[in-house]
Amino acid sequence: MDNLGIVLAALGAAFAALMAGMGSSNGVGTAGMAAAGVTTEDPSKFAKVLILQALPGTQGIYGLLIAFITLSQIGILGGDSNISVAKGCLYLAACLPMGLVGYFSGKHQGRASVASIGIVAKRPEQFGKAMVFPAMVETYAILALLVSILMITSIGGLNI
Amino acid sequence: MADDQFVYAVARIRAKELTLLDNAFFDQLMAAKSYKECLQLLSDKGWGRTGEESAEELLSVEREKTWDLMGELVSDLSIFNTFLYDNDFHNLKAAIKQVYVGEEVPNIYISRGTIQPEIIYNGVKQHDFSLLPEHMKACAEEAYQVQLHTGDSQLCDVIIDRATLETIYAKAKETGNELLIKYAELKVVAADIMIAIRGNRTGKGKEFFARAMVDCASLDKNRLIEAALTDEEAIYDYLSTTIYADAVLSMKESSAAFEKWCDNLIIKNIKPLKYDSFSMSPLAAFILARENEIKSVRILLSGKLNNLPDEFIRERLREMYV
Repeated sequence: MDNLGIVLAALGAAFAALMAGMGSSNGVGTAGMAAAGVTTEDPSKFAKVLILQALPGTQGIYGLLIAFITLSQIGILGGDSNISVAKGCLYLAACLPMGLVGYFSGKHQGRASVASIGIVAKRPEQFGKAMVFPAMVETYAILALLVSILMITSIGGLNI
Repeated sequence: MADDQFVYAVARIRAKELTLLDNAFFDQLMAAKSYKECLQLLSDKGWGRTGEESAEELLSVEREKTWDLMGELVSDLSIFNTFLYDNDFHNLKAAIKQVYVGEEVPNIYISRGTIQPEIIYNGVKQHDFSLLPEHMKACAEEAYQVQLHTGDSQLCDVIIDRATLETIYAKAKETGNELLIKYAELKVVAADIMIAIRGNRTGKGKEFFARAMVDCASLDKNRLIEAALTDEEAIYDYLSTTIYADAVLSMKESSAAFEKWCDNLIIKNIKPLKYDSFSMSPLAAFILARENEIKSVRILLSGKLNNLPDEFIRERLREMYV
């Protein structure tokens, strides 16, 4: 039970990377199907649909970032890995926003990308506007990322 | 995951929708000086395969192209069976008549159906209706017996037409797809109204109407029969109380105007699917849109071939999906 703190914190890091990665892979995969459909009929639209397909991929990167910061803060990547159970719980809680929001926003951003790929298929000149719709979903992934970073970087200074 | 299975197909359809004929192209066709020029314009637009086809071949090639595309997009074409039962029952009519006259008649079968025309023909010829699918057996036997013993082709057609509508209606409901259910409903409604009008004009009795009409959700069959037994005005009065009140004006104009109204209603109902990216409905809508444009091109080409006035052709052209 002495190591419960580090176990909980590591679980949090894994959760953030896992869930956000799952959301991104789902979103990029779904958008990729639509992108492939449009490219089959009109290969000249490849570059535009590729950008729309890539948009839901950011959540996976944010999840990785959170996992990385957590691992470095708790000493797994070097330094003192002796942290209390309370701190471990806090690290786990700090990883939840990125994990959960990353999963759901990645998935839904993928669906918005699919719809936007439909716009590009019919009106390629409206690519700029088509980008805005899936990009709006990104806002919430960024908010979750900020909350997770603020929490993780502040926990180390707490005296518990 | 099931929600994502049509994403690729719908995206391809979105790109394909750009090749659908729009009103501007129909204006171009209308402005063409001759029938040949129309065929040339269609060929330039990518219609046909060789550029040498006759009008009928051209339309048939285009229909084949649509189904070939659907074959590429979905692994199981049976999801579109609602559109194909019509062809099966047409083939059943053809088979019964061919067996009845005992002569080989070329090109009377439609190739796209849920079952091969040869199976239908063999079933009728051998009087072995067990070869046919469940929804066809009873009507095939009844229609065959009527044709064989009374020679009444009209009654034979009535029996098969009713079974066609019943099958389309029931099978569409089984799919649970909103578009297919609406399509089946509108098909039954259009047929019932046509039966009421034509039956009234030819003085048909209650028994005929009850036998020919099919139940549906948006029309009261008994009230429509009552109206059809009274006079045409009674039919219009009854329809004015339903959601099909708009149809009355076109019905008063002509049968062609009513048929156009029915086709336009289907197109109006499928237009919102241009914004659906995930279900199979946009694929079904594309099939209907293609059928609609093929029908319009057929009308336009026959008009041009017979030197009919532009106004006469134009008032028969359907609303386009794009």
